[in-house]
Amino acid sequence: MTESTYRIQGATGEWEVVIGLEVHAQVTSNAKLFSGASTEFGAEPNTQVSLVDAAMPGMLPVPNKECVRQAVRTGLAINAQINKYSRFDRKNYFYADLPQGYQISQLYHPIVGEGEVQISLDEKDPDAHGKAIGIERIHIEQDAGKLMHDQHPTMSYVDLNRCGVALMEIVSRPDMTSPKEAGAYVKKLRSILRYVGSCDGNMEQGSMRADVNVSVRKPGEELGIRTETKNVNSVRFVQQVIEYEAQRQVDVLESGGEIVQETRLFDPDKGETRSMRSKEDAHDYRYFPDPDLLPLELEDDFIFDCKASLPELPDEKRARYKNVLGLSAYNAAVLTAEHETALWFEKLLDTSNEPEKIASSAANWMTSELFGALNKMGLTITESPVTPEQAAELLGLVADGTISGKIAKQVFEIMLETGDGAAKIVEEKGLKQESDTGAIEKVIAEVMQANADKVEEYRGGKDKLFGFFVGQTMKAMQGKANPQVVNELLKKTLDN
Amino acid sequence: MSNISDLGIAGIRDGLTGGDFTAREVAETFIGRVSAAKPLNAFLVETPDHALAAADVADKAIAAGETLGKMVGVPIGMKDLFCTEGVETTAASGILEGFTPQYESTVSANLFKAGAGMLGKLNMDQFAMGSSNETSAFGNVISPWRRNDGGNTDLAPGGSSGGSAAVVSGRIAPAATGTDTGGSIRQPAAFVGITGFKPTYGRCSRWGTIAFASSLDQAGPMAQDVRDCAIMLEAMAGFDPKDSTSLELPVPDWEAALNSNLAGKKIGIPKEYRVDNMPAEIDALWEQGIAWLKDAGATIVDVSLPHTKYALPAYYIIAPAEASSNLARYDGVRYGSRDLPDGAGLQDMYAATREAGFGAEVKRRIMIGTYVLSAGYYDAYYTQAQKVRTLISQDFEKAWNSCDLLLTPTAPSAAFGLGEKADDPLAMYLNDVFTVPSSLAGLPAMSVPTGLDGQGLPLGLQIIGKALDEQNVFNAGLALEERAGFVAKPEQWW
Repeated sequence: MTESTYRIQGATGEWEVVIGLEVHAQVTSNAKLFSGASTEFGAEPNTQVSLVDAAMPGMLPVPNKECVRQAVRTGLAINAQINKYSRFDRKNYFYADLPQGYQISQLYHPIVGEGEVQISLDEKDPDAHGKAIGIERIHIEQDAGKLMHDQHPTMSYVDLNRCGVALMEIVSRPDMTSPKEAGAYVKKLRSILRYVGSCDGNMEQGSMRADVNVSVRKPGEELGIRTETKNVNSVRFVQQVIEYEAQRQVDVLESGGEIVQETRLFDPDKGETRSMRSKEDAHDYRYFPDPDLLPLELEDDFIFDCKASLPELPDEKRARYKNVLGLSAYNAAVLTAEHETALWFEKLLDTSNEPEKIASSAANWMTSELFGALNKMGLTITESPVTPEQAAELLGLVADGTISGKIAKQVFEIMLETGDGAAKIVEEKGLKQESDTGAIEKVIAEVMQANADKVEEYRGGKDKLFGFFVGQTMKAMQGKANPQVVNELLKKTLDN
Repeated sequence: MSNISDLGIAGIRDGLTGGDFTAREVAETFIGRVSAAKPLNAFLVETPDHALAAADVADKAIAAGETLGKMVGVPIGMKDLFCTEGVETTAASGILEGFTPQYESTVSANLFKAGAGMLGKLNMDQFAMGSSNETSAFGNVISPWRRNDGGNTDLAPGGSSGGSAAVVSGRIAPAATGTDTGGSIRQPAAFVGITGFKPTYGRCSRWGTIAFASSLDQAGPMAQDVRDCAIMLEAMAGFDPKDSTSLELPVPDWEAALNSNLAGKKIGIPKEYRVDNMPAEIDALWEQGIAWLKDAGATIVDVSLPHTKYALPAYYIIAPAEASSNLARYDGVRYGSRDLPDGAGLQDMYAATREAGFGAEVKRRIMIGTYVLSAGYYDAYYTQAQKVRTLISQDFEKAWNSCDLLLTPTAPSAAFGLGEKADDPLAMYLNDVFTVPSSLAGLPAMSVPTGLDGQGLPLGLQIIGKALDEQNVFNAGLALEERAGFVAKPEQWW
């Protein structure tokens, strides 16, 4: 990709923005990281809390192998170093949402090391504007509980349902230089996590949230002092935080001030960040290896199995759609952005013995007709009232000339309303396309007879009238004539 | 037949199966001993119903000719560090006052499954931090022993398992559970003339045992003799999937393989354990122990454990570091005591609760631990101490090239008077000088009572073995026991 052109125009000239993200992704697992308690979202407060989560005296953590597996799979999906030896550390601090008085995390020896995520700023042609964002590490750690301040006039309540749920903290290098790049990174990361199945990527429910590190500098200069804005839970907010923080930092620096290394909070209502605590008040977390847990040592076989369990990932898939299935760069990008979309598309292709032959028309139909309809109804692809098999049936009728593309749109609408199959609709509504040359020739003869003057004009050189004859013929046949046949026959008859 | 109250585990088992008495009689005998022993302040909670219920189950099983558990019909004392379902468990700390677990620790559950009943929860040093029982929030245990000077100075039973030591030596319970982090089973066992065994780290599950220092804490038996310790440890030990550091190994039948013939065994005598100012009587006893083991067929070799002198400082960094974090959960939010001054916020509540709930020694160790883990000091203290710990383990590994077991004194002195060392934490910490190295290395070790000093107080010798080699530790302990013929017991003054 060409150098980022995102710049803050300050009074003293242009400023460059440097961005790094720490994404916390909740690991998809039925049980918590170190206890058997359920992780389901939305349960009544404190109904999914084990003795371990509540830090009762004498309780001990036991690692959940599934969470370890998901972290390793995620690491493999971003081509990262998998550390066969990793260890859990305690991060000590007091807070009411943290019953143990420490969070079990991995500071010194994370499970996943260096990797990278490929992003693009051009949805139409991702390959033309790609950029690799470095990943420094992924470690696994426990989530905290939730404080509720609105339940009692003088006291706060604690809900420990989320306490102990496994998170992956995915730490990027400060490789991003614009809000757009950061947005593309979060979207791409989310897509990969969803492909892998290690996180549902649901930002509204808090299964994925980002700490946004931002600093500014004059182009080419040393890195500036950064601030970290915590717990930002949408792509749009990530971008807003960067825009706001970058501008704020430039304003501070240009008015002679200094940036303080600090933790900040984002206020989505005002679109602002504000200081939470400065480095001076920062906790001393007194990290040390958790003596309740042995180091995690991974066998080669385990890593191999994790690798074998990975699905085809978005970048590979996109390349295959382009190169093997012959899709346009745009269609390949759109159909692979979400795993569910790609799966839907592939299910559709599976109905054919020669998927390459129907791939392009299926892709075009999905990106225009299907997405348009779903968008209008406010549904996701998994909620589509029309199944891939039904779609294949519809496209098959177009391909074999039974109906025209125009009629197909009509049929699709009826399918969405009634849930009926395409063939049934075509049959019942009599929408079958007329391709019989005899019948069409008969109608053409009638049309020409009724419009003898126009025939003269056409033959006298008014080529534009051809469309008129097509229209008249189609109208006479209630739109069911095969347009290709009509065209051919008209041309032959008129030009004679 | 001797008095029931003089019997240990094996004696009760044999009497029950031989029909000499019923389990109910045993339970009632000891329940009577417990209620008569209040002046010793050894029990925090008495649970006679538990002991009686287990006895009735035992009697039925015996009558029905069923296969019997290893501890059938034996009423034991339970150190208050083990969480017991439905029975208040405080680790002798004010901060857990009123806490009644809804769960049973793995070790106590294993013992109950093996047929043991529980006489009550035993007093101890608060959170197992102490060597004299004086850090208990509920008053110290008084040792059943008295000096032979005709005076009545109250003596320390040792610690932290002081309640356990007191009741076994006072014949108030035939056996008791202990836990050992740096010597908390072995030192009190030596102080009161009983046998105490700390197994290899990981033999006994730590699940449900209130944590002091997780990488060191191990449960073990405290009983009258080596055989009883072997039987009881078999019942306590075993793999527990709920404890990640628990060893996934079968529990050997140690009792069946007891053998005091030490022919072919080499016993190492570590020269670094000859410390300054050690009473001549302890030195002499150590020499006597060497002679006894030779007599049992063993060869004696001199060995060196060069990093021994760094063990105590390393221990007093690692154990408080872990404790400072382990004890963070006692915050007044979910259980135990809470101190909530008027208008207090969260931080104020933490401070007030912990100020009121923790004793001075616990606070001291939390502060030491917090300090050694803090930014800028971590490497100088914690990392360094971990390196020392590795060197100490390597010392033992090298020693095993030339010997199978080590023989040392258990403690550098006999029991001291209550209050004599209470104002000098460093003098108190020195009690653990011989027991701490094997704790740091996670090795099995036991204290065997082998003699009395000039004041008529018990002294113990310690056997240290290779990891997982409990059997040879038991065997060498038995060889000492047979030759020492230690039968002294405190005269009942309470």
